[in-house]
Amino acid sequence: MTRQTSRNEAPAGADVATYALGLGDDVLVLAQRLSEWTARAPQLEDDVALLNIALDLVGQARNLLSLAGGRENPGRTEDDLAFWRDETEFRNAQIMELDGGDFGRTIARQFLVSAWHVPLWDGLRASTDPDLAAIAGKAVKEARYHVGYARHWLVRLGDGTPESRRRAQAGLEDVWPYVGELFEPDPVTERLVTAGAAPDPAVIEPVWREAVEAVLAEATLAVPPTVRRPTGGRRGVHTSAFGPLLAQMQHLHRSHPGASW
Amino acid sequence: MTPDGAAPDRPRADRLWEVFVRSRRGMSHTHVGSLHAFDAASALLSARDLYTRRQEGVSIWVIPSAELTASSPDEKDSFFDPAADKPYRHPTFYEVPEGLAHL
Amino acid sequence: MDVTTDERDFDRLVSADERVEPRDWMPEGYRRTLIRQIAQHAHSEIIGMQPEGNWIARAPSLRRKAILIAKVQDEAGHGLYLYGAAETLGVERADLLELLHTGRQKYSAAFNYPTPTWADVAAIGWLGDGAAIMNQVPLTRCSYGPYARAMTRVCKEESFHQRQGFEAMAVLCAGTPAQKQMAQDALDRWWWPVLMLFGPSDEASAHSARSMAWGIKRFSNDELRQRFVDATVPQADHLGLRIPDPDLRLEADGHYRFTPVDWNEFADAISGNGPCSRERIAHRVDAHEDGAWVRAAAQAYADKHGDRAARGAAA
Repeated sequence: MTRQTSRNEAPAGADVATYALGLGDDVLVLAQRLSEWTARAPQLEDDVALLNIALDLVGQARNLLSLAGGRENPGRTEDDLAFWRDETEFRNAQIMELDGGDFGRTIARQFLVSAWHVPLWDGLRASTDPDLAAIAGKAVKEARYHVGYARHWLVRLGDGTPESRRRAQAGLEDVWPYVGELFEPDPVTERLVTAGAAPDPAVIEPVWREAVEAVLAEATLAVPPTVRRPTGGRRGVHTSAFGPLLAQMQHLHRSHPGASW
Repeated sequence: MTPDGAAPDRPRADRLWEVFVRSRRGMSHTHVGSLHAFDAASALLSARDLYTRRQEGVSIWVIPSAELTASSPDEKDSFFDPAADKPYRHPTFYEVPEGLAHL
Repeated sequence: MDVTTDERDFDRLVSADERVEPRDWMPEGYRRTLIRQIAQHAHSEIIGMQPEGNWIARAPSLRRKAILIAKVQDEAGHGLYLYGAAETLGVERADLLELLHTGRQKYSAAFNYPTPTWADVAAIGWLGDGAAIMNQVPLTRCSYGPYARAMTRVCKEESFHQRQGFEAMAVLCAGTPAQKQMAQDALDRWWWPVLMLFGPSDEASAHSARSMAWGIKRFSNDELRQRFVDATVPQADHLGLRIPDPDLRLEADGHYRFTPVDWNEFADAISGNGPCSRERIAHRVDAHEDGAWVRAAAQAYADKHGDRAARGAAA
């Protein structure tokens, strides 16, 4: 896939659509992974909590995909985008699609992602694009709760029993190589940053890192070494875990083309 | 008590907490139910998810059930019946001449 | 205080339609009946998450996905309210779960049926939750205070569960021929299990009369089943669906006559040998066992740190 670096003159609307699509795919795919915990959580209280987070994320996904589809010509609906794109057309970061693994990995991923969402949505509230700003204004409150829940558990797993500590550290190391992609510069984001429509990933990263390192210290967990690995979720390159997730999510909708639900 | 013979010797785990929610500013916290948690912070998180999913509250208290001291049903006669024959504590006990206000 | 006075107080409360509260004296049979019924009710809520939760990942639109997540989440919440009510009777949730996991306490046998299509999810909402509401609204006036209060909360929250199911069904019925057929097939699959959900007929119900005398039950199983059929048939007509009972007919008294439930057909499901009985319990036990290390971590952390972190002045 070719990077469209020569599109500096592209209208901001298309950039906003691309940007919203990536963020929308992030939360849609993460919600899909979280909902796999339904009736499978360690305690009933966590069934309620994990589904609460999944529900918030589905709501964010609907807002972001509707915004993205609405900026296209001809427009597409949230369901067109969720159910009728193939794997290479999805723009989520790869960390979202990784198998949830055990509760340790699920919590580690949720914490790292929510700790990124908080400064991201917070910065996006000041976007010059009023639709993005409105979505971010709602999402930031939700993300603050998500990061609180994930922190709560990460600290208990890290500073709990030897087994929970081992599992939390392992989960953290499973997902850690994928966080770099969240801060990777790309031309669309750069243009939006210049236009004041999106927060600068280079500004978000240190905020994220500080928050993460503080919680890992509280959890008595070690910050994993930085590992460079191939990325590409924002360009439609995904891991092998992603195809089955999409097949499951899309099959019913696609089995009845044109039907309403 | 263990119904129908469940193992009584299982190690004690999470505690029971009572949850009180202030439904909106200006109202008292009201008891809404109970939940299980290993510590106070967990109890608060669960209370938020369990009892305020539909905007039922603006503030939550959680209290370990074991730390509540309650009046006993055995004492209810001595506790509460003596109040029954003192109607003069209520304004409706008194006659007010018709046509007078601010009384 | 002597037992006769206790019993007289209890009988007076119940016959005056007042509520019995946790620390009141109550007959041992009353306590045991409540524990069994509330636990079975709680177990049904959490086992009921499985057949529907199975479709969250595959929900055919994002709107339906959000609705289904909210509904399944409520079921976990309702399970928690009900376990909480049971615990006021001196049992612990962990013990009740143990009884569920080892098959010594039951849950509603309707959840032992599979949900092979999306329309089954719609049918569970429309019919299953419709039946649940018929059953539960009278329980908001149950003689045991904590159960009645839990049911008030549950009924308030569940009012959307039946409606979303009916709406999902209505969309299918107005959709393509394949969708309409899916809806009819689901109704055919769920009609009898849902009628079964009201429990055995009055003559065969061992505990019914005593539960009614104690104010735990307000209406008999057959009365509630009749109400449900009377309410549901016009809804099926509206959807253009056919109730799978050739002898169903409206009588002059305004009630529908219907074929009695064939209890032999459900004997297996009720005794725990339904099509999905084993997998429902196995799933539940796996979840519980897989989560043991997490609960142990929470316990260890609490032992180390106590409640210091969250202490604050109550305000």
